[in-house]
Amino acid sequence: MKKPKLFAELFFSMLKIGLFAFGGGYAMIALVENEFVSKKHWLQKRDFTDMIAIAESTPGPIAINCATFVGYTLAKTPGAIAATVAVCIPSFVIIFLISLFFDAFLALEYVYRAFQGIQVCVTFLILSAGLKMLKDIGRTPLSVLLFCASLFAMSAVSLFSVNFSSVYFILLGAAAGLTAYCISRLRKRKNAGAGKTNPQEPSAPEALPAEKEHKDREKNP
Amino acid sequence: MIYLKLFLVFLEIGAVSFGGGYGMIPLIREKVLENDWLTEEGFLSFVAVSESTPGPLAVNMATFVGASQGGFFGALCATFGVVLPAFLVILLIAAVLGNLLRFAGVQATLSGMRPVIVGLILATAFTMILSVIFGIQSVGETEGTDWRAGAIFIILVLANLPSLLRKKRTLSPILCILLSAALGIAFYSF
Repeated sequence: MKKPKLFAELFFSMLKIGLFAFGGGYAMIALVENEFVSKKHWLQKRDFTDMIAIAESTPGPIAINCATFVGYTLAKTPGAIAATVAVCIPSFVIIFLISLFFDAFLALEYVYRAFQGIQVCVTFLILSAGLKMLKDIGRTPLSVLLFCASLFAMSAVSLFSVNFSSVYFILLGAAAGLTAYCISRLRKRKNAGAGKTNPQEPSAPEALPAEKEHKDREKNP
Repeated sequence: MIYLKLFLVFLEIGAVSFGGGYGMIPLIREKVLENDWLTEEGFLSFVAVSESTPGPLAVNMATFVGASQGGFFGALCATFGVVLPAFLVILLIAAVLGNLLRFAGVQATLSGMRPVIVGLILATAFTMILSVIFGIQSVGETEGTDWRAGAIFIILVLANLPSLLRKKRTLSPILCILLSAALGIAFYSF
């Protein structure tokens, strides 16, 4: 396909996806699959599954990760830029227009009352999103410990209005995960120290857990 | 300089938030309250609007907070900040580090972060419920229980109960928001 045409098509596909993706990242993944895997055959099913695993394990909105990846796969860095910008444009324009009228809108009495109800709903939505994610994390002793520790520490920090950023909790969790891994490796090496050691074993690539999760999700949607 | 501040705050949020839009909510809430950009009520309204409009929750939130603090350019700076880390990391992985995520050490680090993030989300949800329903902002700072808010919450749980028990999909967020808007008008009007 000619380059300008590919760009235009990539840009407009992403624009369309950004406009119709209600409900965050996972809703968008379905749209991207429909558009680029099923309809246009620009991406292989396998690449797409890899991409989801990567998007889930990297920082930032899943939708952005996804768009950047698809754009790069199809047309390198310029493609990545085009796809990312395109997927953001609809949100940006819609929210910016709403923000212009939002205060005036809230000043209406009935709208204000409706939003008092909606605020309760948002706490409910956040709670149920958290519980859903709780089901998906592994049940290892370490992850249970980290979950409980962060839940109590963060609740205490906000209730007692202590100034401690949740960024540090995330970094501590990362450090704990890495430390546990290093300890288990050292132990293995000690045990294996008497016999033959396999120096290549530690860096052997492992299957991505998110890949497995995705396959499970496909089985029972 | 509000533009630079918005950019840096959302850059930080974009760089350390894993697990999609809801993973960002604890951090965004913390930052907007800390900087006095929004009140708890205002923040919840923003989440509701971001949830009921298309597009990634994080981009919607960044645009909204940015626009409320610095108009068009504020929105642009905040959105650019929240998108940039995701964009750069994926570019790096796609271009050179294809196998980075397959290494056991990287996976172990991520598996330490995931439970912490879920803990943060649930802690944020609890604090919000305490504040919205029970009027508890922090220890020693209470405004009394809002029975109407409590009733709306219970109705929402009941409405989602059949689908939760049968392990089906729960009501869509937009449907929940519409339902609670109607309940809000009904309850707070008398």
